Order: sequence, then C-alpha cells, then structure tokens
Amino acid sequence: MSALLRLEGINSFYGPVQVHFDLNLAVEAGQIVCLLGGNASGKSTTMKTILGLQRPGSGRVWFDGAEITGLPTPQVIRRGIGSVPEARRLFPAMTVRENLLMGAYARSDRAAIASDEERVLGLFPRLRERLGQRAGTMSGGEQQMLAMARALMGRPKLICMDEPTMGLSPLFVDRVLALIQAINREGVTVFMVEQNASLALGIAHYGYVLQTGRIALEGPAGELLRDPRIRDAYLGGAARDGENVG
Amino acid sequence: MGGAWFDYTVNGFVIGNIYALLAVGLALIYGVANLVNFAHGSVYVVGAYVGWAAITYLGTPLPVTLLCVVVVSALVGVGIERIGLRPLHGSSRIAPLLATIGIALVLDQVVQLLFTPDPRAVPMQVPEWRIAIGGGTVGALDLLIAGIGLISAVVLYGFLRFTKLGWAVRATAQDSDAAQQMGVDVNRVNMAVFAIASALSGVSGVLVGMYYNQISTAMSFEATLKGIVALIIGGLGNVPGAIAGSLILGLTESYGIALFGTSYRNLFAFVLLIAMLVWRPNGLFAARRSLPPEPMTGTFIARSRPVVVPRWAVVAVIALAALLPLAGQPYVLQIGANSLMYAMLALSLTLVAGTVGQVSLGHAALLAIGGYASGLLAMDAGWPVALSIPMAGLVTAALGTLLVFPAFRLTGHYVSIATLGIGEIVALVILNWTGLTRGAIGLGGIPPLEVFGLDLGSVEGTYWLCLAVLVLLALLQLRLLRSHLGRTWRAIRDDPVAARSYGVSGDRYKALAFGFGGFAAGISGAITAHAYSYINHETFGASISILALTMVILGGLGNVLGAVLGATLLIALPEAFRFLAEYRILIYGIVLLLLIRFRPQGLMGTV
Repeated sequence: MSALLRLEGINSFYGPVQVHFDLNLAVEAGQIVCLLGGNASGKSTTMKTILGLQRPGSGRVWFDGAEITGLPTPQVIRRGIGSVPEARRLFPAMTVRENLLMGAYARSDRAAIASDEERVLGLFPRLRERLGQRAGTMSGGEQQMLAMARALMGRPKLICMDEPTMGLSPLFVDRVLALIQAINREGVTVFMVEQNASLALGIAHYGYVLQTGRIALEGPAGELLRDPRIRDAYLGGAARDGENVG
Repeated sequence: MGGAWFDYTVNGFVIGNIYALLAVGLALIYGVANLVNFAHGSVYVVGAYVGWAAITYLGTPLPVTLLCVVVVSALVGVGIERIGLRPLHGSSRIAPLLATIGIALVLDQVVQLLFTPDPRAVPMQVPEWRIAIGGGTVGALDLLIAGIGLISAVVLYGFLRFTKLGWAVRATAQDSDAAQQMGVDVNRVNMAVFAIASALSGVSGVLVGMYYNQISTAMSFEATLKGIVALIIGGLGNVPGAIAGSLILGLTESYGIALFGTSYRNLFAFVLLIAMLVWRPNGLFAARRSLPPEPMTGTFIARSRPVVVPRWAVVAVIALAALLPLAGQPYVLQIGANSLMYAMLALSLTLVAGTVGQVSLGHAALLAIGGYASGLLAMDAGWPVALSIPMAGLVTAALGTLLVFPAFRLTGHYVSIATLGIGEIVALVILNWTGLTRGAIGLGGIPPLEVFGLDLGSVEGTYWLCLAVLVLLALLQLRLLRSHLGRTWRAIRDDPVAARSYGVSGDRYKALAFGFGGFAAGISGAITAHAYSYINHETFGASISILALTMVILGGLGNVLGAVLGATLLIALPEAFRFLAEYRILIYGIVLLLLIRFRPQGLMGTV
C-alpha cells in the first residue's frame, strides 16, 4: 500500500545546523495524521520541506506516486497539496471572498471553482456573512476558518496544517478540530503539525512524535494517547525537567 | 494674475501626472519585491530615447511611438528583474537596492554611448493649439498627458482588481510566502510587475521629452528621485497613494517655482521628502506613524571573515607609497593624490555604512560642506589653510551629524532615501544661498595648500599631505573599531532592538559615527577644494556618493584597509586603461553588479 505522502531519509539543515536526522514519515490517503513535537523539534521545517519552501540536504519527498523533492512551491501546490500556514497568513487587505478565490489560484475551471465556493461556504457558514469584509479585520478564530476554507478552494488531495489551533480560544479550538474532521470526511487527507498532543491525537488516525529532528515515536492515535511516554511529556503526567517535550 | 495661477496649477497637475507614471511603478515594485528600484529613472530615459528614435528614424505616429516605448521599456524592466532581483534572492537585504544602482549606471551609460550626452529635442506629435480658460490656457499636450495618466490609473485599477495576475500581484505584495502556497509563481509576478512599471516609466519619459521639448541622459537620476519622493509622500508600496503623492509633489513644485523661482524647485521636493520621512514615514494616508518592520530574512550586509593583512605588509605599502614622488611621475602622483582623497571619503562611508549599517547615498554632501567651509574660512575670514582644513573637518562633523539627525530612527531603505535627499538639499542650499556661497558661480581662487608657510601646492606636496592625513585617519578609525565603541556600533548594526534592550542608545552612537565620518569626509573635501582651487555646487554630486559606495563595497563594508584599496583601485585602474575613459561609468556599474552577485563581502571582507 503506497502512502499519499512519504518522506524518505530526510536530512535538512539551517546553515550549519542540522534540523532533521534521517526523517521517515508516511501519510495514508484518507487519514488525519498529526506530527507532534515541542519547540525547535523540526516540525515547521518538515512542513516547509513538504511544501518546497526549503530544500532538504538529502532524502526524498513523494506525493501521489511522484517525487516532488526540490520542486518550487507553486508546482507542489498545483499537484494537489493545500496549505494552511502557521499563523494563518491570510492576505489581510483582501476581502474574504478574494482570499477564497486566491485559494483556487492554481485552478482554471471556473464553473467548478464557483460550485466549490458554495460547498466551502456551506462548511463554513460564518464566512458567508463576511464575504465582503477585509480578512485582516476578522477575529483569530474566523481567520483560521478562512485559512482552512482557502486551502480547500484549491481542491487538494492533501491539506497540510501548521498549528491550526495556535492562539485560539478554547471554544474555537473545538470548532476548528470539528471542521478538520468534517474536511477529512469529505475525502481530503489531512497532515497537521501540532504542539497540543491530546487535542490532535483526539481527532487523528495516526501520529508521529518528533524529537530534536528524529521520529521518537509513532503509532495509531489511540495507542499514542495511552502511551505513558506521551502522557508524561504532553498530557500532564509527571513532567520531567529538561528534554521531556523534545 | 488669476490666469497665471491657473497656468501654474495646470503645469503642476501635468508634472504630477508624469511623476505618477513613475511613482506607481515604484510602488508596485516595492509592494511585491520590497525594493526601491533605483534604475527606474534609467528606464524613463530609455523610454524617452526610444520614442525620440522611433519618431526621428521611423517617423512613427504617436500611438506607434508609444507602443514602441512600452515594448522596449517593458523588456528592459524584465531584464532588471532578472539581473537585479531574482539572482539575489536570499542575499543581504541591501543587495537588490545596490544592484539596481549598478543597473542604473550601466543603462545610463549605454544610452549615452548610443545617443551621445547632447540633449535632443523630441518632435512634438500633438497639435499646438491651446484653449483659453479663465485667463489661463490648456494645450493639447496637457490634455494628452492628463489622459494617459488617467487611463493608466484606470487600467491599472482594473488589472489589480479583476484579473488573476492582478490578484497574484496584490497577494504577493501582502504576503509573498503565503501567495506561493496558493500556487502563485512569485518570480513571474515580479517579472510582470517590473514590465508594467517600466512600461509606465518609459511612457513618462517620452511625455516629458515632448513637454519640455528636450531629453538628455542627465535626467535619469532626477526622475528616480522624484518618483521616490512621490512614493514616500503616498507611502511605500501604496499605489493610489503614489498617484496622490505625485500630484501633491507636482503642484508643490509648480507653486514653489511661482513663488520663489526655478532654482528652488527641487529644494521643495527634497524638503518635502525629509519632512515626510521624519513626521509621516508611512505616507500621508497611513494611520500608523511607526515604521513597519523590514523583513528580517537575511542579514543587512553580507557576513564574512575579513582578510588579515600582516602589519609589516601595511607598513611596507605605506613606505612605498611615501616614496612614490621620488619616481618623478607627476601624472601618476596626481592620480595618487586623487585616490587618497577618495580613500578618506571611503573611510568615512565604510564606517557609517559598514560598521553602523546606515547605507548613506548622500555622502558626497559631506565633501561639499568640508570644501566650502575650508574655502570660505580661508578666502572670506582669512584663516591660514593649516587651520581652515581641520576646522572644516569639525564643521562638517557637526553639520553633517545635525543634518542626518532626523533620519536616525529610520532603518534600511529609508536611511538610504533620507541621506540621498539630504545630500541633494545640501547641494541646493549651496546653489541658492548666494550671499554665503556665491551660488552658481562657485568658489574660485581658493588658496593653495600650505602648512605654516610650507608650500604644499605642488603635486608632491599635495600627495604627501593626503598620505599623511589618510594614515592618521585610518589609524584613528582602526583604534576606534577595536575599542568598546566599535563593538557597540556593530551591535547596533546587527540588532538594534537587542542593543537597545542592553541600554545602548542607538541615536547617540549613530551620532558619534556620523561625527567621526563627517570629520574624515570634511577633511577630504577641504583638501580637495584647496587642491582644485575651484569648486561649485556640482563638484561633489550624487555620482560621487555612488562611486564612494562602490569603493566601500569593493573593499568590504566596514573594512578600513578595504576602503583604501577600493578607492585606489576604482580611481587608479580607469586611468591605467585610459582608452576606456568613455566607458568608466559603465565599468563602475558592472563592477558593482558583479560584486553584489559574486563577492558581496568585497575584496577584503566585511568587518
């Protein structure tokens, strides 16, 4: 069974500093897969490597049966990967509708874009009320929804989300998680990077734990949730000092 | 009376439209690429000459003329993006700006070589009638320019608002990383923006040619400056703001001429620029007064390990240099003295731009202040030259620091723009303060160099004096760089916020740097004045500021020995290849471009 996304033996560097050490990771089609890890564990670099924003020193990235290592970002996107960047990164001076249509930038099938817009607005009714508003004037939770809706507009096979719950109020965190599940039910594979392990594992099928650039732990989400090491590190077990979060 | 004011208003509005065609492009480019394109005025000149050539050689009618201009200018714009921007992705933040300066030098010189520097008259392609309105008149050309300005604005609005590429341009301007993650090819967007901006700039050039009935290669730099002033008035990267800023600038200039005369025109423009930078650096239309943070990707200057030169080698080179006059080659000595005077200027600039990270584009103004101070002290106050020169150094230190003081809280691009404006203001004040400076006539009969009765007016004397002064200044600067002060300067350059959080007052240390730099440059200007015996407001122009910057980059920013080496190479080498004299500026431009691309740390390395 070949995975939708696969990272093979990735070693990446920031100048002289090595970020990833022989990283291997696979995302099966139709699943929600989360990558957990603390600060400076290499989570965001993993995202950049997939999206072609950063070239790995060695190793390969495969998507949908083809190698995409080192492809420029726009081409990666055109192959069917949607991105919900860290801190959302909307186009603040553009309206909600313009942001949505930017999500469909790589497509040229006008009729399908229009019907997708309807479908996405059905999923995010809050956005329909705000179509003419500038994206920068919305609340953090609404912006997160727009970022997700924008990524969906590209009709991606895979959506990569970088810390989708960061900085949101608890109410919005729950709604965002529910929406991620709703997106997944529509057949979109989700790969998300999170610091909040219990929330992410609560909705994911499979999880990886990244620790200083290496995969320290992986397994089905349910098993990881019960794993004492995860409980210690993330779920309020007896937290050790030092490298506990990794 | 009323009619005259109507005419001034029409004139201001027309000039404003011409500036708008320039400034809109600058705003678009700044938006997508975070770059102030200093080659913009050169494209304007290219446009003017293409128009002239099309009419003169091909006899094209107006629409075809404009089409030729648009096509050629757009192609030049694409070239600028390919050479000046794309390959420099990920290099130091100041690199693309410097690259566009290099491209400007190359373009200007190529146009000059092709068409000679003599001004040309652009044949009028518009009927010569004028309609009388309310005592004043409006001509067909006025209407044409206003029409082109208006149509361009409408087309541009439609493009940005309703086309896919236009959306990509706006998205890239707001967040280029996010735009890429939507599938936008940012390189293509940049290329399109450079093409559009350059086409508008070229059209502006040919319209100016018709309006003033004259074009010359000299108008390039001024066009860049005016475009930048309009851009700053409207706010960097703000397209509608750029149009409004241009109209404000055009009307201000036109009324300024009406009230005070033509020689004040540019003074108004640059005083407006500095006032904006000090009080409203985000432009007239922004609510925020604090500057947006510059993108933090990459360092400001390229990092490297400086080349270590053993002390004995430096001593040996100085000794050899001191013995040069014994060779009995007055021509070589003349070049040597010139190199040494430039080296003093380069020392000053490498401190300000390299060590403190304030890339000044108006450094020649310090030479002008020093030259005039010493010349006037010696001529009008009867001071001996041996006293007037160091006094000129002190005057320049004080005045230079005072003038730049308002710009201290600016960073990055804004510093370069502000110093450029201040440099122009100094030249214009010298031109207009006739009572003190004798205005356009300049200072003639400046007494020759002499130190307490010892006549140094000979080539040998000048050379030795320059060498001695340069060695003293260089030793002093090296001593300062190794001290606590030097470390603090570098800390302010590398991370102003961190430096401030350690209790370092950036302004005070910047003032010290400009003070010392002003002293060295003032001495250089003073010696030059006495050596030449004649200076005027154009002796120390913007081209010298750019040349000094090229020297400093060639040597390695912040590197004292590098500054001296850079000055010597750039002054001496073109002399060695005299047959290349015609191509000198072209060579400077290419040297600058190659350095930024392939050896951004310079020959001796940055410090």
